[in-house]
Amino acid sequence: MSLSGAAAEPHTEQPFLQHHFALPEQQAEASKIGMWLFLVTEILLFGGLFAGYGVMRMLHAEAFHQAHAHLDRALGALNTVVLLVSSFTMAMAVHSARRGERRKLVLFLALTLSLAGVFLGVKYVEYSHKFHDGLLPGRLYAHRGDATAGQFMFFSFYFLMTGLHGLHVAAGMAVIAWLLRRARRGEFSARYYTPVDLTGLYWHLVDMIWIYLFPMLYLIS
Amino acid sequence: MTGRNYLNERRGLWSWLTTRDHKRIGVMYLWSTLLAFFLGGVFALLIRLELLTPGKTVMSADTYNKMFTLHGAVMIFLFIIPSIPAALGNFVLPLLLGAKDVAFPRLNLASYYLYLAGALMALATLAMGGIDTGWTFYTPYSTSTGGAVNLVTLAVFVLGFSSIFTGINFIATVHKLRAPGMSWFRMPLFVWGMYATAVIQILATPVLGITVLLLLMERLLGIGIFDPKLGGDPVLFQHFFWFYSHPAVYIMILPGMAIISEVIPVFSRRPIFGYRAIAFSSVAIAGVSFLVWGHHMFVSGQSVLASAIFSFLTFLVAIPSAVKVFNWVATMYRGSISLQAPMLYAISFLLLFAIGGLTGLFLGALATDVHLHDTYFVVAHFHYVMMGGTVIAFLAGLHYWWPKMFGRMYSERWSRVAAALIFVGFNATFLAQFVMGSRGMPRRYYNYLPEFQPLHILSTAGSWVLALGLLIMAGYLLASLRRRPDAPPNPWGGLTLEWQTGSPPPTHNFERTPRVEGGPYDFHLVSEEAAAGRQR
Repeated sequence: MSLSGAAAEPHTEQPFLQHHFALPEQQAEASKIGMWLFLVTEILLFGGLFAGYGVMRMLHAEAFHQAHAHLDRALGALNTVVLLVSSFTMAMAVHSARRGERRKLVLFLALTLSLAGVFLGVKYVEYSHKFHDGLLPGRLYAHRGDATAGQFMFFSFYFLMTGLHGLHVAAGMAVIAWLLRRARRGEFSARYYTPVDLTGLYWHLVDMIWIYLFPMLYLIS
Repeated sequence: MTGRNYLNERRGLWSWLTTRDHKRIGVMYLWSTLLAFFLGGVFALLIRLELLTPGKTVMSADTYNKMFTLHGAVMIFLFIIPSIPAALGNFVLPLLLGAKDVAFPRLNLASYYLYLAGALMALATLAMGGIDTGWTFYTPYSTSTGGAVNLVTLAVFVLGFSSIFTGINFIATVHKLRAPGMSWFRMPLFVWGMYATAVIQILATPVLGITVLLLLMERLLGIGIFDPKLGGDPVLFQHFFWFYSHPAVYIMILPGMAIISEVIPVFSRRPIFGYRAIAFSSVAIAGVSFLVWGHHMFVSGQSVLASAIFSFLTFLVAIPSAVKVFNWVATMYRGSISLQAPMLYAISFLLLFAIGGLTGLFLGALATDVHLHDTYFVVAHFHYVMMGGTVIAFLAGLHYWWPKMFGRMYSERWSRVAAALIFVGFNATFLAQFVMGSRGMPRRYYNYLPEFQPLHILSTAGSWVLALGLLIMAGYLLASLRRRPDAPPNPWGGLTLEWQTGSPPPTHNFERTPRVEGGPYDFHLVSEEAAAGRQR
């Protein structure tokens, strides 16, 4: 092994390029690997909840079936559509960033952000109804007149799963707001838009998790 | 040491706390994990002291329960898991690859602060009255006992993310930051081991995260999942817990094996035997690790069929493990072996890991496990693998890279004395426990039958010899820091890239980007004179 090659020089022409990368492509690819790995950990995090849900639903099939009738399918379906459309606007944001179209990027990021807000708003309405009816997780459960015992277990999972998902939506909103600010300042270009790209990946995952949550919680047959 | 390096280029506490240099983060991790090792060690000594006599020796039964819980939790979550990857790995992995840093330096620093936060939370439980669940937090006891279980589960959650961040960083680094010419099969085997470890960190740790979160929710809200009174299933917790925690023991042992694969060829002056077999066996262990968690649950009431399958899969782990051991021994065969401290620890590792690995087969077999389950046999097996394996390998790595990290050599004579004391003390402590376990001494018990006392005395005396060895080690390592910098760039005549830069390395690791033209263990291509010249 020998030591040769160029001595380390600061990257003056590419301010976004960190010192330990030789090329912008190398940096972008590394970031992408990092993001995919992070998404894998997210899937496993939710995977644990899915597995717990599966086991408890098997043990309490009747209670889960009856409890799920308390959920509002129309609102659930509405939110599914809202998130799907937001995934589309996010994809358009990434597309605009790649082409260096700043105004479109800002527009699509703003749209995605508002759709995420709508999603959380609908979730707020749903949660308020549940709170009002005493349909709460664990020992907080206060609903009267259930035909089968154990329905609290369904709401334990309902709140854990949608709550954790909601936190991810809120975190995504914070990141998108930050992207919006940077996009307005013109910090992204066709040469550098990695943060937009990565946030897009994250947002699609959040969307995808909801696509599993919706039938698991709202459409039990 | 000449001129500027990563230690002296910037000065002051603030420059350390805000650093993004993988070497400095590695050093901060090193001191933190060593402190955790010291604390966990003190707890261990107190446990052994209490067990010197049946009944009460120095502490109450409640205190004893809290002591072994904290010993386990501190040693596992604060010391062993981060010690090799986050401390030594952080320091040497980019150097071994010829890179300037890890892929995500900021994430690396964030990982350290998460570790620090998690460590403080875990230790704060001491002030809150401690926890007495054992490090496994089994339900339903953990959902009904008081104390600081809530805080410690949050600590484990935070520490898990610290570990995940390190894993993400290492995988991206290995994929994207190898120096020109560093193909996958020219990577040092330490890197292969770290890569396999990182895969497990990423795939297993999130499940632990959600498990402790569910446990926390069970305690706070009574969500029902683990509570049989509410229609939940406490054994489900064991499945969840071991789905992480069994792979986690490979998070602990693979890095140890990775160090041994570096030390043995250098101190035998021979090319490693079976490079690809060792590299792939790391990946194989990582793969199999996900399929064996049920072997912790043979007596939990899981189905006999499941137990039989888990038992069979457990035996599979022996294959890649044995592949490594035989390759290391074959590397030493007809080598020119020099018995300096790193090699002494590597040889200790071979002996102790062989015992630890083989006794694992007793526990993996269904019929013998029913007899040995929850006895000192398990405790001894676990310590032979985790301490005799991982910790001894960590010490090998610490002695191997110490001159590189700090630019100082340590006392060779004292390092040999310490290695001998540690080896003898360790065996006295834990061989006695194998015997006790096979005779039925249950683990975690405060009290015991009088006929076990001679072996308990032997075990406790052994723990003192072990502690003496470790204290001597701490003494000469710390003393070396007060000496004038005297480490040459390549004190051991190694061929990997970290030895081709200064000791300590400059901030950007290499004056010029290395270009790799050969394998990491091509000792057969190096003449004796060149090897001797390299040492000056």
